[in-house]
Amino acid sequence: MLQQFADYIVYHLLGLAHGSHLGDALNFFIYDTIKIFLLLTSIIFIVAIIRSHFTPERTRRLLSHRAEYVGNGLAALLGIVTPFCSCSAVPLFIGFVESGVPLGVTFSFLIASPMVNEVALILLWGLFGWKIALLYIGTGVAVAIAAGIVIGRLKMERYVQDYVYSIKMGTGFDQTMNWHERVAYARGYTGGLLKKIWPYVVVGIAIGGFIHGYAPEGFLLEYAGPSNPIAVPVAVLVGVPLYSNAAGVIPIVHALMEKGMAMGTVLAFMMAVTALSLPEAIILKNVLKLRLLLTFFGIVAVAIVGVGYLFNALL
Amino acid sequence: MNIKVLGTGCDRCKQLHSNTMTAVIEANIDADIEKVEDIAAIMRYGVMATPALVINEQVKLMGKVPSIAELKSLLLSVKH
Repeated sequence: MLQQFADYIVYHLLGLAHGSHLGDALNFFIYDTIKIFLLLTSIIFIVAIIRSHFTPERTRRLLSHRAEYVGNGLAALLGIVTPFCSCSAVPLFIGFVESGVPLGVTFSFLIASPMVNEVALILLWGLFGWKIALLYIGTGVAVAIAAGIVIGRLKMERYVQDYVYSIKMGTGFDQTMNWHERVAYARGYTGGLLKKIWPYVVVGIAIGGFIHGYAPEGFLLEYAGPSNPIAVPVAVLVGVPLYSNAAGVIPIVHALMEKGMAMGTVLAFMMAVTALSLPEAIILKNVLKLRLLLTFFGIVAVAIVGVGYLFNALL
Repeated sequence: MNIKVLGTGCDRCKQLHSNTMTAVIEANIDADIEKVEDIAAIMRYGVMATPALVINEQVKLMGKVPSIAELKSLLLSVKH
């Protein structure tokens, strides 16, 4: 139905020819924009309702004094559903450490939380299909668990800023909501998030539409295809400064994949955009000494590059 | 009434601060509003998601920025 609507506007109302560059680009833009915004509005709302059941306080209680493996797995899964914004990373980190959540388990949470986020998942689902979205969740959780276990094994507790251990934390505050409040929270959350990301999404889809209509088929095959081993690490490096623009990046990447970018490279790039963020690093510098911060980034980067190579080889 | 807005200076914290000020004026409540940005002080309230709102030393909200109308009804319910 959406496709018919886009076809009607482009080929009928505007009278552009089927198969023309401008017609194809515009058709792609209209179709994707409507589809993505419908998906974003409905799914962010549902996710917000789910999130209203998982407070950071509850997550902290569930993770306190958990052993390796079970703790890391639980932390990565809770990272998906617990509401988290990088601006709260510092109080959350201190709260976890204070209540005896092991360092490696804390990192599994901190890695999964921004990486497996609803906006990235909706765009992946809408543009790439549910299989790729599931693949992204699965590998994201695996990276968070593996990196958390490695950081835990390195015994880097002394590279947490010293003041963190001297903070006395008050009794936790757990807010309970009734259904009326949950819906109000979800509505506010959806509106706020959409307001923040919509320009990126529109620009991203516009650039994607342009690539779709104008770039020749397979022009990226040589540079970003499965046979170029440098493509994965380069994609990860390019992804780091693009933080918070996952919403704009994914439509562009989708168009790039059509033109020959390999699937593993695409996944690695997306994970780098969401999981390795410079602003978050600067915030975490408040609680982590440089050595631990660099270790954290290094391990996650290596894991993501590994995912890229793995899927380039498999798919 | 003593009101504290806890937050390390992010956009949402500033939003909560300004919404609270407006709500206090509109509801005609006599209150001191204080900004708490020191992380150790924030943690003493047991808060793990910012921004948070503390009224008369009790945490009332955390990790969200309610509308001015919602803040007004919260303030009035504490007052009575």
